[in-house]
Amino acid sequence: MATLKINGETVTVDVADDTPLLWVIREQVGLTGAKYGCGIAQCGTCTIHVDGSPVRSCVYPVGALSGEEEITTIEGLSEEANHPVQEAWAELDIPQCGYCQPGMIMAVAGMLNDNPNPSDEDIDAEITNICRCGTLARVRKGIKLAVEKS
Amino acid sequence: MADTGILSRRGFIVGTGATGLTIGILASCSPGASGPEEPDYSDLPPNDEVNAWVHIDHDDTVTVRIARSEMGQGTLTGLAQLVADELDADWDKVTTVYPTPGENLARERVWRSYSTGGSQGIRGSQDYVREGAAAAKAMLIEAAANEWGVAASECTSADSVITHGPSGQTTTYGAVAGAAGKLAPPLEVTVKDPSEWKIIGEAKKRLDTADKLIGAQVYGADIGLEDVLKDTDATPTELLSASIRQSPKIGATVASFDAAAVENMPGVRKVVALNNPFGEGQNAVAVIAETWWQANSALDALPIEWEGGVDFSTEAFEAELDDGLTSDEAFVGNGGGDLAGAFADAAQVIEATYNMPFQNHACMEPMNTTALYTDDRCEIWCPTQNGEAALAAVSEASGLDIQNCEVYKVHLGGGFGRRGAPDYVQQAVMLAMEVPGTPVKLLWTREEDMKHGFFHPTTKGRVRGALDADGNLTGLHLRISGQSILAALIPQALQDGVDYATFQGLLPPGVDPRLEDQTLKYSFDNFLVDHAMRNPPVRPGFWRGVNLNQNAIYLECFMDELAHAAGRDPLEFRLAHLQDSPEAAAVLQAVADRSGWGQDDGKHRGLCVMYGFGSYVAACSEVTVDEDGVLSIDRIVAATDPGHAVNPQQIEAQVEGSFVYGLSAMLFGEITFEDGVAQETNFDTFNSMRIVDMPEVETIIMPSGGFWGGVGEPTIAVAAPSVLNAIYAATGKRVRQLPIKDQNLRDA
Ligand code: FES
Ligand code: FES
Repeated sequence: MATLKINGETVTVDVADDTPLLWVIREQVGLTGAKYGCGIAQCGTCTIHVDGSPVRSCVYPVGALSGEEEITTIEGLSEEANHPVQEAWAELDIPQCGYCQPGMIMAVAGMLNDNPNPSDEDIDAEITNICRCGTLARVRKGIKLAVEKS
Repeated sequence: MADTGILSRRGFIVGTGATGLTIGILASCSPGASGPEEPDYSDLPPNDEVNAWVHIDHDDTVTVRIARSEMGQGTLTGLAQLVADELDADWDKVTTVYPTPGENLARERVWRSYSTGGSQGIRGSQDYVREGAAAAKAMLIEAAANEWGVAASECTSADSVITHGPSGQTTTYGAVAGAAGKLAPPLEVTVKDPSEWKIIGEAKKRLDTADKLIGAQVYGADIGLEDVLKDTDATPTELLSASIRQSPKIGATVASFDAAAVENMPGVRKVVALNNPFGEGQNAVAVIAETWWQANSALDALPIEWEGGVDFSTEAFEAELDDGLTSDEAFVGNGGGDLAGAFADAAQVIEATYNMPFQNHACMEPMNTTALYTDDRCEIWCPTQNGEAALAAVSEASGLDIQNCEVYKVHLGGGFGRRGAPDYVQQAVMLAMEVPGTPVKLLWTREEDMKHGFFHPTTKGRVRGALDADGNLTGLHLRISGQSILAALIPQALQDGVDYATFQGLLPPGVDPRLEDQTLKYSFDNFLVDHAMRNPPVRPGFWRGVNLNQNAIYLECFMDELAHAAGRDPLEFRLAHLQDSPEAAAVLQAVADRSGWGQDDGKHRGLCVMYGFGSYVAACSEVTVDEDGVLSIDRIVAATDPGHAVNPQQIEAQVEGSFVYGLSAMLFGEITFEDGVAQETNFDTFNSMRIVDMPEVETIIMPSGGFWGGVGEPTIAVAAPSVLNAIYAATGKRVRQLPIKDQNLRDA
């Protein structure tokens, strides 16, 4: 049993403690925005926020949560797709296949929570998500546009 | 799943006070103070389609049927632009749906090919798609003219509105779509001249972005019971998940597994061995459970013994590739003149050997399919690049007639050529047959996906060049040694044993109509390209760009080597052999001009030009290599001439993405085998570029008109050679062994 506060709601799930948060969110909570890409914290498609900070949920055991943390997924990032990162992404038409984008957007939004005006070096160091379609050039532009919009 | 299923209708928005409005009232109804109100058409029966390509609702929503798959490349939006333009539709009211492969079959393949590969989505269907839209427009106009009792020739169309010139009266597409659908299609249609295009050629935003920004896009990996219920007539009450382990060793089969060891683990329903869809025996074990995590955890704990298999090693295979480089026997792809004479008379002969290791497609979304089997029907929900091949696979695996099978396509989380193969479809159907009436979602782990690819084949290229005393190239021999994709996957496509696709980008015209878009644009006097086929037991596949990728490395890195050996400028040296292809010369010159080629500014640049998939592409890359040999790719200028540019901003996105795909392979990509087992199993060992590795990309789109070239693939080919040539400019070192991985670029 674990209790989660996710996108402002409290849910209780019956799972083993070592179940990764990603799978709890996808299969018990039923929110499929966060994606499975590697399962070993390499690709970032599963990125969500725990208390506002980006976390790779595929390697985060649900048992490590106290139940007090605020978990945010892409579905809860904004009310009407109007987070500055989402708006910048829409304006630059960034997603291709889009599979990596929930993780990408959450990684960027999480970075901006801590560091509202990141330098290129900050971006290089903090945004290490994989995008096989290759949206990386637009992602960098999108981050700068999101900073302007924030 | 909201956008699949041809019969789904857009929800009606009912504004207050608008209930019961008819179209006639709407026409004379001016917007109230609170803005325009949405009329309610719910009293009207839904419109029939205008024709196979277009359905138009009473509210003017134009739904374009798209047969090809959207996997990120933007084909959905591009094809919709073709239709909307030809239809004179209001772009703001255009939406799309995938007609199912089953519907295509039932309607005698009215939508023709579903195959999405070879950068064919737009260029391979633009003619009949545009004709279909032009026919629909003619029918809409005729319906309006009939209603007014006027001649259709007096009517014009724009933005989904039809106007009768003489009287000035107007109507909308939505108002006449129902009547139009009952008319006979015109016997002949003429599509627009490119000068009349209004939507084609515009940098329209993609139609599929909104859901991708909020986590609402449903991919195959996300399919749930409610998604299944939307499409099926069956009434399942739960959806189960499955994970799979395929024999780690090529060709091995299941000897035994101890199901009892895991059957009591939480959620586990079934533990089953599966037949090899393409070979003999059982080559996989899967667990079906209530959740995927439970299924996968059980598999992790399941003891499985394997037997047999092939002791293949990439290291040992090197010797075979090397043998092919010097073998007396090889298939000729292109050539002419007196090569022996050229080498005999040469003032200077240079030679170099390059390689291309196996690559995995590594789609971001691992392979998956959801299947539902009942006694008389089998349906799947599937990310596939070839809906019709998937449908055939469902029929084959289930043993049901194809009429009793159906495929509901979902957008792909990447395809790159991998999702043309139906191995995972067959597996999902076999699993669904274990639990009739209950849908099963099979999702591969990343490790399965990495180890069980259809790998980009491995080859080596040895190139020899003859230069005369003035530094002119007088003879060139490119020997390709290695694997043929067609020999493994489509042997009937070989011509007298020759796989001409091996020679992508190097072919003469006239070899094969399907390869006319893959010809060599350089003119060489004494010249030979040949292929010594050396086939390993690894299954190959079509990997984005396919054989153009390594052929560009072999040819274009060597052209650079030749130019330097001849003491000539690599740009001028190339242009000297592009006299018969002004388009190729133009893209090359464009990147040189934009990048500052030839300027004495301390930058290190490398060039590459190719023709492939019907488009002319070139790149100029700028790199720095620091004292420790660490590479930074700083800037790439790319040019592409695809003939017609349907959506420039999406072409730009494809060009940028192509560099990520091509340079990831150059920097990190290789799958190696030991004892028949793939050694790279996840992104920790098969890395992909991150933002820190990503150069600035400037894209020059220069459509010269008159032809339709592809854009999803060709640019990948120029990525690695332009960077490798720039590395030479920076270091004086030739990198000929890929991937670069941890090679020190400063060591001689
Ligand atoms: S799935 Fe979590 S980092 Fe890849
Ligand atoms: S948009 Fe497809 S993987 Fe990033």
